[in-house]
Amino acid sequence: MKDILILMLTAVLIENYIFSRFLGICPFLGVSEKPDTALGMGFAVMFVMTLSSAATYAVYEYVLVRFDLEYLETIAFILIIATLVQFIEMFLKRFIPSLYGALGIYLPLITTNCAVLGAVLLNVDNGYNFVESIAFGFSSALGFTLAIVIFAGVRMRVSLAEPPKAFKGTPIALVTAGLIAMAFSGFSGMKF
Amino acid sequence: MSEKKKSFGTVFKEALFDNNPVLGQLLGMCSTLAVTTSVVNSIGMGVATTAVLFFSNIFISLLRNFIPKEVRIASYIVIISGFVTAVQFLMQAYVEDLYESLGLFIPLIVVNCIILGRAEAFASKNNVAASALDGLVMGIGYTVALIVLGTVREIIGNGSFLGYKLFGESFEPVTMVSQAPGAFIILGCLIALMNFMLSRKKSKEAKKQ
Repeated sequence: MKDILILMLTAVLIENYIFSRFLGICPFLGVSEKPDTALGMGFAVMFVMTLSSAATYAVYEYVLVRFDLEYLETIAFILIIATLVQFIEMFLKRFIPSLYGALGIYLPLITTNCAVLGAVLLNVDNGYNFVESIAFGFSSALGFTLAIVIFAGVRMRVSLAEPPKAFKGTPIALVTAGLIAMAFSGFSGMKF
Repeated sequence: MSEKKKSFGTVFKEALFDNNPVLGQLLGMCSTLAVTTSVVNSIGMGVATTAVLFFSNIFISLLRNFIPKEVRIASYIVIISGFVTAVQFLMQAYVEDLYESLGLFIPLIVVNCIILGRAEAFASKNNVAASALDGLVMGIGYTVALIVLGTVREIIGNGSFLGYKLFGESFEPVTMVSQAPGAFIILGCLIALMNFMLSRKKSKEAKKQ
Protein backbone atom coordinates (compact mmCIF):
# COMPACT_ATOMS: atom_id res chain seq x y z
CA MET A 1 0.00 0.00 0.00
CA LYS A 2 2.83 2.35 0.92
CA ASP A 3 4.54 1.68 -2.41
CA ILE A 4 1.37 2.53 -4.29
CA LEU A 5 1.02 5.81 -2.40
CA ILE A 6 4.64 6.76 -3.13
CA LEU A 7 4.15 5.86 -6.79
CA MET A 8 1.05 8.06 -6.95
CA LEU A 9 2.64 11.02 -5.18
CA THR A 10 5.66 10.79 -7.49
CA ALA A 11 3.46 10.75 -10.58
CA VAL A 12 1.42 13.76 -9.44
CA LEU A 13 4.11 16.07 -8.10
CA ILE A 14 7.69 15.03 -8.78
CA GLU A 15 7.40 13.60 -12.26
CA ASN A 16 4.45 15.73 -13.23
CA TYR A 17 3.13 14.84 -16.64
CA ILE A 18 3.31 18.33 -18.09
CA PHE A 19 6.19 19.92 -16.26
CA SER A 20 8.72 17.15 -16.19
CA ARG A 21 7.69 14.51 -18.73
CA PHE A 22 6.34 16.84 -21.45
CA LEU A 23 3.35 14.66 -22.28
CA GLY A 24 -0.01 16.12 -23.27
CA ILE A 25 1.28 19.58 -24.16
CA CYS A 26 -1.24 20.08 -27.00
CA PRO A 27 -4.38 20.03 -24.80
CA PHE A 28 -2.38 21.82 -22.11
CA LEU A 29 -1.93 24.80 -24.44
CA GLY A 30 -5.17 24.35 -26.36
CA VAL A 31 -7.88 24.05 -23.69
CA SER A 32 -6.46 26.15 -20.89
CA GLU A 33 -8.18 29.47 -21.61
CA LYS A 34 -10.62 29.03 -18.70
CA PRO A 35 -10.38 26.95 -15.50
CA ASP A 36 -13.81 25.33 -16.14
CA THR A 37 -12.91 23.89 -19.52
CA ALA A 38 -9.50 22.91 -18.20
CA LEU A 39 -11.16 20.96 -15.40
CA GLY A 40 -13.50 19.26 -17.90
CA MET A 41 -10.55 18.18 -20.02
CA GLY A 42 -8.74 16.99 -16.90
CA PHE A 43 -11.65 14.78 -15.83
CA ALA A 44 -12.00 13.34 -19.32
CA VAL A 45 -8.29 12.46 -19.38
CA MET A 46 -8.51 10.89 -15.89
CA PHE A 47 -11.44 8.77 -17.00
CA VAL A 48 -9.84 7.52 -20.22
CA MET A 49 -6.35 7.06 -18.78
CA THR A 50 -7.48 4.92 -15.83
CA LEU A 51 -9.63 2.70 -18.04
CA SER A 52 -7.06 2.35 -20.80
CA SER A 53 -4.33 1.48 -18.28
CA ALA A 54 -6.50 -1.43 -17.14
CA ALA A 55 -7.45 -2.49 -20.67
CA THR A 56 -3.94 -2.35 -22.12
CA TYR A 57 -2.53 -4.25 -19.15
CA ALA A 58 -4.94 -7.09 -19.80
CA VAL A 59 -4.26 -7.15 -23.55
CA TYR A 60 -0.48 -6.92 -23.14
CA GLU A 61 -0.29 -9.61 -20.49
CA TYR A 62 -2.78 -12.11 -21.92
CA VAL A 63 -2.55 -11.57 -25.68
CA LEU A 64 0.71 -9.93 -26.74
CA VAL A 65 3.06 -11.69 -24.30
CA ARG A 66 1.37 -15.06 -24.71
CA PHE A 67 1.74 -15.04 -28.49
CA ASP A 68 5.17 -13.34 -28.54
CA LEU A 69 3.78 -10.25 -30.21
CA GLU A 70 5.31 -7.60 -27.93
CA TYR A 71 6.66 -5.73 -30.93
CA LEU A 72 3.09 -4.84 -31.88
CA GLU A 73 2.55 -2.91 -28.65
CA THR A 74 2.40 0.56 -30.20
CA ILE A 75 -0.15 -0.45 -32.84
CA ALA A 76 -2.21 -2.49 -30.38
CA PHE A 77 -2.28 0.21 -27.72
CA ILE A 78 -3.29 3.05 -30.02
CA LEU A 79 -6.12 0.92 -31.40
CA ILE A 80 -7.28 -0.02 -27.89
CA ILE A 81 -7.30 3.63 -26.85
CA ALA A 82 -9.20 4.69 -29.98
CA THR A 83 -11.88 2.01 -29.55
CA LEU A 84 -12.11 2.63 -25.82
CA VAL A 85 -12.70 6.33 -26.38
CA GLN A 86 -15.43 5.51 -28.92
CA PHE A 87 -17.09 3.09 -26.47
CA ILE A 88 -16.93 5.55 -23.60
CA GLU A 89 -18.47 8.20 -25.82
CA MET A 90 -21.34 5.92 -26.86
CA PHE A 91 -21.87 4.64 -23.33
CA LEU A 92 -22.01 8.11 -21.80
CA LYS A 93 -24.31 9.42 -24.52
CA ARG A 94 -26.76 6.58 -23.91
CA PHE A 95 -26.66 6.20 -20.12
CA ILE A 96 -25.21 9.31 -18.47
CA PRO A 97 -26.15 12.23 -20.74
CA SER A 98 -25.22 14.84 -18.13
CA LEU A 99 -21.63 13.61 -17.96
CA TYR A 100 -21.57 13.32 -21.75
CA GLY A 101 -22.62 16.95 -21.99
CA ALA A 102 -19.72 17.94 -19.76
CA LEU A 103 -16.97 15.75 -21.26
CA GLY A 104 -18.33 15.07 -24.77
CA ILE A 105 -16.35 17.60 -26.76
CA TYR A 106 -13.05 16.62 -25.14
CA LEU A 107 -13.32 12.88 -25.68
CA PRO A 108 -12.43 12.67 -29.40
CA LEU A 109 -9.40 14.88 -28.78
CA ILE A 110 -8.03 12.39 -26.30
CA THR A 111 -7.38 9.64 -28.86
CA THR A 112 -4.43 11.50 -30.29
CA ASN A 113 -3.32 12.81 -26.92
CA CYS A 114 0.17 11.58 -26.26
CA ALA A 115 -0.55 11.60 -22.51
CA VAL A 116 -2.69 8.46 -22.75
CA LEU A 117 -0.42 6.49 -25.08
CA GLY A 118 2.55 7.64 -23.04
CA ALA A 119 1.01 6.36 -19.81
CA VAL A 120 0.26 2.89 -21.14
CA LEU A 121 3.70 2.57 -22.72
CA LEU A 122 5.32 3.67 -19.45
CA ASN A 123 3.27 1.04 -17.60
CA VAL A 124 4.84 -1.64 -19.76
CA ASP A 125 8.35 -0.12 -19.65
CA ASN A 126 8.29 0.06 -15.85
CA GLY A 127 6.85 -3.43 -15.51
CA TYR A 128 3.93 -2.36 -13.32
CA ASN A 129 1.41 -4.97 -12.22
CA PHE A 130 -2.35 -4.54 -12.65
CA VAL A 131 -2.97 -2.41 -9.53
CA GLU A 132 0.16 -0.32 -10.08
CA SER A 133 -0.80 0.30 -13.71
CA ILE A 134 -4.21 1.62 -12.72
CA ALA A 135 -2.71 3.71 -9.91
CA PHE A 136 -0.10 5.15 -12.26
CA GLY A 137 -2.65 5.93 -14.99
CA PHE A 138 -5.00 7.63 -12.56
CA SER A 139 -2.40 9.64 -10.69
CA SER A 140 -0.60 10.76 -13.86
CA ALA A 141 -3.92 12.09 -15.11
CA LEU A 142 -4.45 13.74 -11.73
CA GLY A 143 -1.09 15.46 -12.13
CA PHE A 144 -2.09 16.55 -15.63
CA THR A 145 -5.36 17.98 -14.27
CA LEU A 146 -3.57 19.81 -11.48
CA ALA A 147 -1.13 21.35 -13.97
CA ILE A 148 -3.74 22.40 -16.51
CA VAL A 149 -6.07 23.94 -13.88
CA ILE A 150 -3.24 25.93 -12.24
CA PHE A 151 -2.09 27.06 -15.68
CA ALA A 152 -5.61 28.12 -16.71
CA GLY A 153 -5.91 30.18 -13.53
CA VAL A 154 -2.61 31.95 -14.16
CA ARG A 155 -3.42 32.42 -17.83
CA MET A 156 -6.62 34.29 -16.98
CA ARG A 157 -4.58 36.86 -15.11
CA VAL A 158 -1.94 37.02 -17.83
CA SER A 159 -4.59 37.68 -20.49
CA LEU A 160 -5.38 40.98 -18.73
CA ALA A 161 -1.76 42.12 -18.88
CA GLU A 162 -0.14 43.67 -21.92
CA PRO A 163 2.96 41.83 -23.09
CA PRO A 164 5.07 43.09 -26.04
CA LYS A 165 3.21 42.59 -29.31
CA ALA A 166 5.36 39.67 -30.49
CA PHE A 167 4.76 37.81 -27.23
CA LYS A 168 0.95 37.97 -27.43
CA GLY A 169 -0.85 34.62 -27.33
CA THR A 170 1.18 31.44 -27.31
CA PRO A 171 4.68 32.81 -26.57
CA ILE A 172 3.65 34.44 -23.30
CA ALA A 173 1.67 31.31 -22.40
CA LEU A 174 4.80 29.21 -22.91
CA VAL A 175 6.90 31.53 -20.77
CA THR A 176 4.21 31.35 -18.06
CA ALA A 177 4.29 27.57 -18.26
CA GLY A 178 8.07 27.73 -17.88
CA LEU A 179 7.75 29.73 -14.67
CA ILE A 180 5.21 27.26 -13.24
CA ALA A 181 7.54 24.42 -14.24
CA MET A 182 10.27 26.14 -12.27
CA ALA A 183 8.02 26.13 -9.21
CA PHE A 184 7.22 22.46 -9.76
CA SER A 185 10.88 21.55 -10.06
CA GLY A 186 11.09 22.36 -6.36
CA PHE A 187 9.26 19.09 -5.69
CA SER A 188 12.12 17.11 -7.21
CA GLY A 189 14.00 17.53 -3.94
CA MET A 190 11.48 15.33 -2.12
CA LYS A 191 12.93 12.00 -1.06
CA PHE A 192 11.11 9.00 0.34
CA MET B 1 -2.61 24.28 -51.10
CA SER B 2 -5.18 23.49 -53.77
CA GLU B 3 -3.74 25.80 -56.42
CA LYS B 4 -1.12 23.69 -58.15
CA LYS B 5 2.25 24.54 -59.63
CA LYS B 6 3.73 26.40 -56.75
CA SER B 7 7.43 26.37 -57.32
CA PHE B 8 9.49 24.09 -55.12
CA GLY B 9 11.19 27.12 -53.62
CA THR B 10 8.00 28.75 -52.38
CA VAL B 11 6.68 25.52 -50.89
CA PHE B 12 10.00 25.01 -49.15
CA LYS B 13 10.13 28.54 -47.81
CA GLU B 14 6.58 28.29 -46.53
CA ALA B 15 7.32 25.07 -44.65
CA LEU B 16 10.42 26.60 -43.11
CA PHE B 17 9.09 30.03 -42.13
CA ASP B 18 5.48 31.16 -42.55
CA ASN B 19 3.96 27.75 -42.06
CA ASN B 20 6.55 26.01 -39.93
CA PRO B 21 4.90 23.06 -38.17
CA VAL B 22 6.40 23.89 -34.77
CA LEU B 23 6.94 27.65 -34.72
CA GLY B 24 3.92 28.61 -36.84
CA GLN B 25 1.27 25.93 -36.49
CA LEU B 26 2.25 24.81 -32.97
CA LEU B 27 2.02 21.11 -33.81
CA GLY B 28 4.03 18.34 -32.22
CA MET B 29 4.88 20.31 -29.10
CA CYS B 30 5.46 17.36 -26.75
CA SER B 31 8.38 15.86 -28.60
CA THR B 32 9.72 19.32 -29.45
CA LEU B 33 9.97 20.30 -25.81
CA ALA B 34 11.18 16.94 -24.57
CA VAL B 35 13.98 15.94 -26.94
CA THR B 36 15.67 19.28 -27.65
CA THR B 37 18.12 19.05 -24.76
CA SER B 38 20.94 18.55 -27.26
CA VAL B 39 21.56 19.00 -30.97
CA VAL B 40 22.18 15.29 -31.57
CA ASN B 41 18.84 14.34 -30.04
CA SER B 42 17.10 17.03 -32.09
CA ILE B 43 18.57 15.76 -35.35
CA GLY B 44 17.70 12.15 -34.47
CA MET B 45 14.11 12.97 -33.62
CA GLY B 46 13.77 15.19 -36.69
CA VAL B 47 15.08 12.54 -39.06
CA ALA B 48 12.92 9.80 -37.50
CA THR B 49 9.78 11.94 -37.76
CA THR B 50 10.60 13.00 -41.32
CA ALA B 51 11.03 9.37 -42.37
CA VAL B 52 7.67 8.39 -40.88
CA LEU B 53 5.98 11.44 -42.38
CA PHE B 54 7.46 10.77 -45.83
CA PHE B 55 6.48 7.11 -46.01
CA SER B 56 3.07 7.45 -44.38
CA ASN B 57 2.20 10.31 -46.76
CA ILE B 58 3.15 8.14 -49.75
CA PHE B 59 1.17 5.17 -48.48
CA ILE B 60 -1.92 7.13 -47.51
CA SER B 61 -1.86 8.90 -50.86
CA LEU B 62 -1.63 5.53 -52.66
CA LEU B 63 -4.56 4.17 -50.68
CA ARG B 64 -6.64 7.34 -50.71
CA ASN B 65 -9.25 5.92 -53.10
CA PHE B 66 -9.59 2.62 -51.23
CA ILE B 67 -10.01 3.78 -47.64
CA PRO B 68 -13.69 4.35 -46.76
CA LYS B 69 -14.33 7.84 -45.42
CA GLU B 70 -15.89 6.65 -42.14
CA VAL B 71 -12.84 4.76 -40.90
CA ARG B 72 -10.13 6.92 -42.45
CA ILE B 73 -8.64 8.25 -39.20
CA ALA B 74 -8.32 4.74 -37.75
CA SER B 75 -6.72 3.51 -40.98
CA TYR B 76 -4.26 6.40 -41.00
CA ILE B 77 -3.28 5.65 -37.42
CA VAL B 78 -2.62 1.99 -38.24
CA ILE B 79 -0.47 2.93 -41.26
CA ILE B 80 1.45 5.52 -39.24
CA SER B 81 2.04 3.23 -36.27
CA GLY B 82 3.30 0.53 -38.62
CA PHE B 83 6.00 2.87 -39.92
CA VAL B 84 6.79 4.13 -36.43
CA THR B 85 7.36 0.57 -35.23
CA ALA B 86 9.69 -0.03 -38.20
CA VAL B 87 11.66 3.15 -37.45
CA GLN B 88 11.83 2.20 -33.79
CA PHE B 89 13.44 -1.16 -34.57
CA LEU B 90 15.84 0.34 -37.11
CA MET B 91 17.01 2.86 -34.52
CA GLN B 92 17.34 0.21 -31.85
CA ALA B 93 19.49 -1.86 -34.19
CA TYR B 94 21.78 0.82 -35.64
CA VAL B 95 21.87 3.84 -33.31
CA GLU B 96 21.25 2.42 -29.87
CA ASP B 97 22.55 5.40 -27.88
CA LEU B 98 20.14 7.71 -29.64
CA TYR B 99 17.35 5.17 -29.17
CA GLU B 100 18.04 5.10 -25.43
CA SER B 101 18.12 8.87 -25.03
CA LEU B 102 14.95 9.52 -27.05
CA GLY B 103 13.22 6.65 -25.25
CA LEU B 104 9.48 6.95 -24.96
CA PHE B 105 9.24 9.66 -27.59
CA ILE B 106 9.97 7.34 -30.52
CA PRO B 107 6.77 5.29 -30.16
CA LEU B 108 4.97 8.55 -29.40
CA ILE B 109 5.67 9.74 -32.97
CA VAL B 110 2.38 7.92 -33.65
CA VAL B 111 0.40 10.62 -31.89
CA ASN B 112 2.48 13.52 -33.22
CA CYS B 113 -0.21 15.81 -34.62
CA ILE B 114 1.99 16.84 -37.57
CA ILE B 115 1.79 13.40 -39.16
CA LEU B 116 -1.94 12.84 -38.77
CA GLY B 117 -2.50 16.48 -39.71
CA ARG B 118 -0.62 16.15 -43.02
CA ALA B 119 -2.33 12.82 -43.74
CA GLU B 120 -5.76 14.35 -43.31
CA ALA B 121 -5.07 17.75 -44.85
CA PHE B 122 -2.79 16.81 -47.73
CA ALA B 123 -2.01 13.17 -48.49
CA SER B 124 -5.67 12.09 -48.57
CA LYS B 125 -6.41 14.60 -51.35
CA ASN B 126 -3.29 14.74 -53.52
CA ASN B 127 -1.31 12.43 -55.77
CA VAL B 128 1.68 10.39 -54.65
CA ALA B 129 4.49 12.65 -55.86
CA ALA B 130 3.00 15.79 -54.31
CA SER B 131 2.32 13.97 -51.03
CA ALA B 132 5.84 12.61 -50.85
CA LEU B 133 7.24 16.10 -51.42
CA ASP B 134 4.89 17.56 -48.83
CA GLY B 135 5.94 14.96 -46.27
CA LEU B 136 9.61 15.63 -46.92
CA VAL B 137 9.31 19.42 -46.80
CA MET B 138 7.16 19.46 -43.66
CA GLY B 139 9.55 17.02 -42.02
CA ILE B 140 12.48 19.28 -42.83
CA GLY B 141 10.60 22.27 -41.41
CA TYR B 142 10.05 20.32 -38.19
CA THR B 143 13.68 19.18 -38.06
CA VAL B 144 15.02 22.70 -38.57
CA ALA B 145 12.84 24.06 -35.76
CA LEU B 146 14.06 21.25 -33.50
CA ILE B 147 17.71 21.89 -34.38
CA VAL B 148 17.40 25.63 -33.70
CA LEU B 149 15.83 24.97 -30.30
CA GLY B 150 18.34 22.22 -29.55
CA THR B 151 21.30 24.44 -30.48
CA VAL B 152 20.18 27.28 -28.21
CA ARG B 153 19.48 24.92 -25.32
CA GLU B 154 22.71 22.96 -25.67
CA ILE B 155 24.92 26.05 -25.92
CA ILE B 156 23.34 27.87 -22.97
CA GLY B 157 22.43 24.87 -20.85
CA ASN B 158 25.51 22.74 -21.37
CA GLY B 159 28.12 25.04 -22.92
CA SER B 160 28.65 22.71 -25.84
CA PHE B 161 27.64 22.13 -29.45
CA LEU B 162 27.25 18.58 -30.80
CA GLY B 163 29.03 17.43 -27.65
CA TYR B 164 32.14 19.60 -28.08
CA LYS B 165 32.85 22.06 -25.26
CA LEU B 166 32.74 25.60 -26.60
CA PHE B 167 33.92 27.61 -23.63
CA GLY B 168 36.77 27.37 -21.17
CA GLU B 169 36.75 25.84 -17.70
CA SER B 170 35.38 28.99 -16.09
CA PHE B 171 32.08 28.78 -17.99
CA GLU B 172 29.19 27.97 -15.68
CA PRO B 173 26.33 26.46 -17.74
CA VAL B 174 22.77 27.53 -16.93
CA THR B 175 21.41 24.07 -16.22
CA MET B 176 17.87 25.36 -15.91
CA VAL B 177 17.82 25.87 -19.69
CA SER B 178 18.41 22.20 -20.40
CA GLN B 179 15.74 21.22 -17.88
CA ALA B 180 11.96 21.55 -18.18
CA PRO B 181 11.45 25.26 -17.40
CA GLY B 182 14.03 26.32 -19.98
CA ALA B 183 12.31 24.30 -22.69
CA PHE B 184 9.09 26.26 -22.26
CA ILE B 185 10.73 29.66 -21.93
CA ILE B 186 13.17 29.29 -24.85
CA LEU B 187 10.46 27.96 -27.16
CA GLY B 188 8.23 30.89 -26.15
CA CYS B 189 11.04 33.34 -26.98
CA LEU B 190 11.69 31.63 -30.35
CA ILE B 191 8.03 31.85 -31.35
CA ALA B 192 7.98 35.50 -30.27
CA LEU B 193 11.08 36.18 -32.41
CA MET B 194 9.35 34.47 -35.35
CA ASN B 195 6.21 36.61 -34.86
CA PHE B 196 8.36 39.71 -34.68
CA MET B 197 10.19 38.93 -37.93
CA LEU B 198 6.98 38.04 -39.76
CA SER B 199 5.22 41.23 -38.68
CA ARG B 200 8.25 43.30 -39.72
CA LYS B 201 8.26 41.63 -43.12
CA LYS B 202 4.57 42.38 -43.52
CA SER B 203 4.92 46.04 -42.61
CA LYS B 204 7.84 46.39 -45.03
CA GLU B 205 5.74 44.90 -47.82
CA ALA B 206 2.90 47.24 -46.95
CA LYS B 207 5.25 50.20 -47.18
CA LYS B 208 6.45 49.14 -50.64
CA GLN B 209 2.91 49.23 -51.95
